[in-house]
Amino acid sequence: MQILYFAWVREKIGRAGEEISLPPGVSDVADLIRHLGTLSPGHAAAFANPSAIRAAINQDFASPDDAVADGDEVAFFPPVTGG
Amino acid sequence: MARIAVQDAEFDTAAETALLTQGRTDIGAVASFIGICRADDGLGAMVLEHYPGMTERALAKITAEAESRWPLTGCTVIHRVGRLPPGAPIVLVLTASAHRQAALDACAFLMDWLKTKAPFWKREEFTQGRARWVEARGEDDAAAQKW
Repeated sequence: MQILYFAWVREKIGRAGEEISLPPGVSDVADLIRHLGTLSPGHAAAFANPSAIRAAINQDFASPDDAVADGDEVAFFPPVTGG
Repeated sequence: MARIAVQDAEFDTAAETALLTQGRTDIGAVASFIGICRADDGLGAMVLEHYPGMTERALAKITAEAESRWPLTGCTVIHRVGRLPPGAPIVLVLTASAHRQAALDACAFLMDWLKTKAPFWKREEFTQGRARWVEARGEDDAAAQKW
């Protein structure tokens, strides 16, 4: 699956995205956040407070309990601040 | 069908208004909102990031919602991205309708929803080299929910 990062999530992780295979036991957004947080110190810092993170699955806003599947594009970012 | 654009370049409000009104005689009102980069606390520039693809999708949904709630003859949302100096226009919302109330309400609705439902992020750069990401505000969520 394609993972994308924006704003300070991207800065803390040090990259704009990465390709990962869905690990066993990861079925929703909250699981995926827990998994990504183990990948590096930067990932751990970015995902230290999951309540500060918003997500999108295939370019639609998603909730922590929304299901993720291989082939999805999943993005993580802070609450939006446009306008 | 709304006109939606995400771009670096400045927008031309008069030209955009003309696009909504030219050749028509059924429009009685065009409401507009222009968001401008304000120089708070020694701000040197605002840098706007977005999620290409999702942004256009989100704006299409938000404008479709406005068109379903009010009798609009057209609407336009143009949001700039990249580095913008204080005083620069950031966002343009135009709504056209036969009567003013629909145009004004739809314009306010579009801004309230855009601020909380479109994937843009602002980073403030200050003159002393300091920078910070703008934090989302509870008032914006409350404003979006009132519709």
